[in-house]
Amino acid sequence: MDYNWNWSVFWESAPGESSSYLHWLINGTSWTLATTVVAFVLAFLIGGLVGTLRTTTLRPVVWLCNLYTEVFRNIPLLVQMFICFFVLPELVPVSVGDYLKQDLPYPSFFSAVVALTLFTSAKLSELFKAGIESVAVGQRGAALALGLRPTQMYLQVLLPQAIRVVFPPLTSEALNTLKNSSVALTIGLMELTAQARNISEYSFNTFEAFTAATVIYVVISLLVTFVMGHIERSLTIRGATR
Amino acid sequence: MFDLDPSVIVRAMPALWNGLKFTLLLTFVAMSVGIVAGTLLAIMRLSHNRVMRGFALGYVTVMRSIPLVLVIFWFYFLMPLLLQMAFGTERPVQIGPVVTAFVTFCMFEAAYYSEIIRGGIQSISGGQKQAAAALGLRPTQSMIYVILPQALRRMAPLLLTQTIILFQDTSLVYVLSIADFTGAASKFAQRDGRLVELYLFVALVYLVICYLLSSLSKRLKTNVGKTA
Repeated sequence: MDYNWNWSVFWESAPGESSSYLHWLINGTSWTLATTVVAFVLAFLIGGLVGTLRTTTLRPVVWLCNLYTEVFRNIPLLVQMFICFFVLPELVPVSVGDYLKQDLPYPSFFSAVVALTLFTSAKLSELFKAGIESVAVGQRGAALALGLRPTQMYLQVLLPQAIRVVFPPLTSEALNTLKNSSVALTIGLMELTAQARNISEYSFNTFEAFTAATVIYVVISLLVTFVMGHIERSLTIRGATR
Repeated sequence: MFDLDPSVIVRAMPALWNGLKFTLLLTFVAMSVGIVAGTLLAIMRLSHNRVMRGFALGYVTVMRSIPLVLVIFWFYFLMPLLLQMAFGTERPVQIGPVVTAFVTFCMFEAAYYSEIIRGGIQSISGGQKQAAAALGLRPTQSMIYVILPQALRRMAPLLLTQTIILFQDTSLVYVLSIADFTGAASKFAQRDGRLVELYLFVALVYLVICYLLSSLSKRLKTNVGKTA
């Protein structure tokens, strides 16, 4: 195999710029992290709310929230990104569309965050619904018998228990969000995978570029697992039977 | 506001149909190969041989910790070089994006299926294995005739859910410029400047197919619950 190994490629200056290829990688990692963190936090809030509402007895709300979940869960993320990036600005009123197309800074970042948030929140709503249902048996009746109002029942009885049940799968959804953020390269966001491909195209050191990206993804995954594990342990109640 | 022109969809239909056929074929092949290879990986993962266990663990961990898009790029870059090494040819063997897509998806999905199947195998009680051994079955026989049929049946809803994810993920072959369902729509949309109609139509088709499949998965889940 005649491949020109050159691991010092990252310290070489990138063509047309004063910065090095390393800067491209750091830049890409920042975009990946920004997209992932913003989308996951938003998806956690929206998914938590939608998932909770799906377990209530308000029929129309349940129906709407089910619809929300099915729509955003069953359309591929790539297609959702295309719709947010290409289609949405055409469907809103012209003035808003013009703003989205011309004046909004970082349009691909915003489209990516919106699409990733919708997609992830639909998955999290499934998770929260299942979590609440797993504790709701008995607890719901007990809370109502104690005279708690529905809001109190959710905030003080059901959700605190459900969040502990769903924590391990929540961690893997966080990792999925990190991985899914790479789909944003299709709408032009220069995140980590896009930057790795860019480096490989400019320097021809494909192996080094992809290895660097792979290592960075693995390190971030480990960090996420570590942080989520920490939160999970801090949530554990000593002596709880569950 | 934008005025929709549904006739675009009609004109794009032949291309879209061909794209959908490719998407379905890719999903089917990746699912079949993925489940078979995933079963092998799961068995290796649970075996007593440390080398096999380590290999399966490493493979599954690496595949699951990097994004599919990056995996596609890796394979697109690596496979020609690996084939060159294997066959000792002078130049890297060019295999093209379509073959790359098939190989990548089979190998990538194997890692995900293997985790589901491993869970299934581990959920079958040890008594089954002992009973099989008491009947004189060798470990291979007990795995093939006793453990796996039960494990796969129990995991059927999860395998179907993973297949739905796979079906959605195949749209990422877009990065290799393949005309799958999304790719065909995208090409047509950009040529005719009708992105709105085509992308909304594509979203609708995916929504219907995935919704039907996930309803099936839910029904399977209740059925499995009944028999277990």
